[in-house]
Amino acid sequence: MTAPSRTSLDGLEPAPDFSRFSWRALRQYYRGEFAASIAVNVAYRGSVGIWVVTSVIQPIVMIVVWRTVAGPTGTVGGYTASRFVTYFAIMMLVNHLTFIWLMWEFEWRVREGTFSPLLLRPIHPIHKDISDNVAYKVIGLIGILPAMVILILAFHGDLSGMDPLQLIAAVPALVGGAVLRFMIEWVLALSAFWMTKTTALNNFYMSVQTFLSGGFAPLSVFPPLIAAIANWSPFPWTQAFVANVAMGRTTGVHILSGYGVQAIWIAAAFGLLRLVWSRAVRRYSAVGA
Amino acid sequence: MSGAAVEVEQLRKTYVVPERDAGIKAAMTSLVRRRTRSVAAVQEISFAVQSGEVVGFLGPNGAGKTTTLKMLSGLLHPTSGRAEVFGFTPWRRDRDYLGRMALIMGQRSQLQWDIPVVDSYRLNKAVFQISDADFAARLDELTDLLELSDLLRKPARNLSLGERMKCEFAGSLLHRPQVLFLDEPTIGLDVAMQRRIRSFVAEYNRRTGAVVMLTSHYMADVEALCKRVIVIHHGTLLFDGPLAELVRTVAPDKTITVQLSEGNTASRADLAALLGGSVAEAPVEETDTGWRVKVPAADTPAVAARLLTGLPVADVTIEDEPIEAVIEKVFAVTAQELVQASAQIPSAQISSAQISSAQIPSGQTQGQP
Repeated sequence: MTAPSRTSLDGLEPAPDFSRFSWRALRQYYRGEFAASIAVNVAYRGSVGIWVVTSVIQPIVMIVVWRTVAGPTGTVGGYTASRFVTYFAIMMLVNHLTFIWLMWEFEWRVREGTFSPLLLRPIHPIHKDISDNVAYKVIGLIGILPAMVILILAFHGDLSGMDPLQLIAAVPALVGGAVLRFMIEWVLALSAFWMTKTTALNNFYMSVQTFLSGGFAPLSVFPPLIAAIANWSPFPWTQAFVANVAMGRTTGVHILSGYGVQAIWIAAAFGLLRLVWSRAVRRYSAVGA
Repeated sequence: MSGAAVEVEQLRKTYVVPERDAGIKAAMTSLVRRRTRSVAAVQEISFAVQSGEVVGFLGPNGAGKTTTLKMLSGLLHPTSGRAEVFGFTPWRRDRDYLGRMALIMGQRSQLQWDIPVVDSYRLNKAVFQISDADFAARLDELTDLLELSDLLRKPARNLSLGERMKCEFAGSLLHRPQVLFLDEPTIGLDVAMQRRIRSFVAEYNRRTGAVVMLTSHYMADVEALCKRVIVIHHGTLLFDGPLAELVRTVAPDKTITVQLSEGNTASRADLAALLGGSVAEAPVEETDTGWRVKVPAADTPAVAARLLTGLPVADVTIEDEPIEAVIEKVFAVTAQELVQASAQIPSAQISSAQISSAQIPSGQTQGQP
C-alpha cells in the first residue's frame, strides 16, 4: 500500500516529497543546521578558544625554527626569515579553514551508535558535518584572524608580493583546498567503520599530511625529489598552493593550472567518497548499528 | 500487495561476531587465526501490520525485537528476506521513507545535547522540511500534550531522564511520521511518566492513524497500548495475535478470591465438596480471610456462583493471571516444547535453527584463516 495522504486537521498531511532533490530544501536545511551548529559552538566557546590558542602555537614554533635556519640575512629555498613569518602566519589561517576533526570523532560515533540518528534523517549525514565544520571555522576566525595579524606584526613578516589581485585569486584556491581536504579526511574518517581503533591511522595520516601539504616547511625548501612527490599528491593543493597564491609566489597561468589540479583531485576524491560511503553504510548496517 | 502498511516476509538477520577464549594465548592465536561465529538474531519472521494498528513486540532480552525494529527503520540490512513499509524497502533508506518514519530509542538520544531543546526542534523543522505554520501548530500541540513549555529553553543535557524522553517524543513527532517504531520508550521512567508517555502514544495513534510498533519490558505499556502482540524468542516468532488470545491460550485460568464475612470456618474438604466435579481438583489456596481458587475460564461463572451461595461471602474478585506471569509462561512453555519436539521428531523435520535457539547457544563456530 502506498503512504496515506489525508488532509484533515488531525490526520497525516502528505509528507514533503523527499525523493526529488531540491536546492531550496537543501538551502533551508543548511540554514537550520548552521544555526544549530553555531549554537553548539557558542555553547562550547571556551573549548573553541583553547583550540584557537593551540593552533597558534605550531606556527610560532615553525617561525622561530625557520627564522633561525635562515639567519638575519640569508635565504632558504627562496625564503628570507621574514618571508617565513608571512608563510607560516598565512598557513595557520589556511590550516584553520581547511582542517576537519571528524576522523577523531567517527570511531566514537560508530562505537557508541551515535551515528544511527544521523542515518534516520532524510538527508545525507555529510551535510551536518559540513555545516558543523563551517560553523566552527566562522567562530574560530574571531581568534585566528587577529592572531595572524599579530604574528606578522610581532615577527616582522614580509608582505611584499601580496597584492589585492593575488589575494582575490587565493579565495577560490582556499575554497578548493577546503573542499578537497574535507573529502579526503571524511573518507579517512569512514575507516572507523572497518577498524575499531583508528587513532594510529589518523596519526600517521596527520604526519604525512602536514609534511606534504607544506605545514612543516614550504615545498621549495624540500629536496627536488620530495617536492615532486609532494606535488603529485593532493596535499599541497589543499594548503601550500593557497599560501603561495596569497603571497604572490604562484602567479598567472600557474594559478589557473593549480585550480585545475584541485578540480581533478576533487573529482577523484568525490568518486572515492561515494564508493567508500556506500560500503561504509552497508558495513555499519551489517554489523549492527 | 495485500494492502498492509508493514509487510515482513521471512526476514532474517545473522550477525558475524569475532570470538576467542580468555587469556593471552588465545589473544595471540586470534591475531593469526580469527574465529568468528554467526549469531542468528532474527530467524525468518513474517507478519503484516495494517494502518492504524498498534503492535507490541514481546520477548526477553536478546530475542531479536530491537534488531527487527532496526531493520524496519532502515538501520540494518537483513541477511535475507523482505520487508516493505508503505511500499518502501526500509534499508534502501529512501529519503521519502525516512521522512515518514520515526524510531525512538529509550536508551539513545536524538536531541542535540548542548543547545536548547527548541533549537533541536528548529533543526528538525529544516531536516524534515516542515512548513512554518505546521511547525508552529504541531509544536504548540505537542507542548500542550506533553507539558513541555518549561523545558523547551533548556539544553537537553540539563533535562532529567523523564523530561528528556518527553522532549525526544515531541522532536521525533514534529514531522508527523506515519509509522512510529518505539524501542523501550519508557525504560527507566517512573510510573507516572510511563503512563504519560503511554497515553500520549495512544493519543498520537488515535489522532493520526499512524502505525505504531513498540518493544517494551513493561507489560503495562503493552496492555495499555497494544491490542495485538507479536512474541519473539530467540529470533523466532512464537505468537502473533490479540493480547487477550495470548492470555487465553497460555493462561486459560482465572483466579477467584472470596473473602468470608465471619472468619474462615470452611475446611478444605468443605470447599472440595462445594465445588464438586472436575473443579474439585482445582488448586485451592487458603488466605487470611477466605479462599483463592484457580479455575478454567469457562468454569468461572459456575464456580463463583457455588462459592457465593455455599459460603458466607463478604467480597469476591475474579482476575486473570497477571500478564507478566503469562509472558513468563510463554517463554517457559516454548523452550520446553522445542526440546520435547527435538527429542521426539526426527531431526530432519525441525530446522536446526530452532533447536539451537532453544537449547544450544545459537550459531555455529567457523574457523577463518
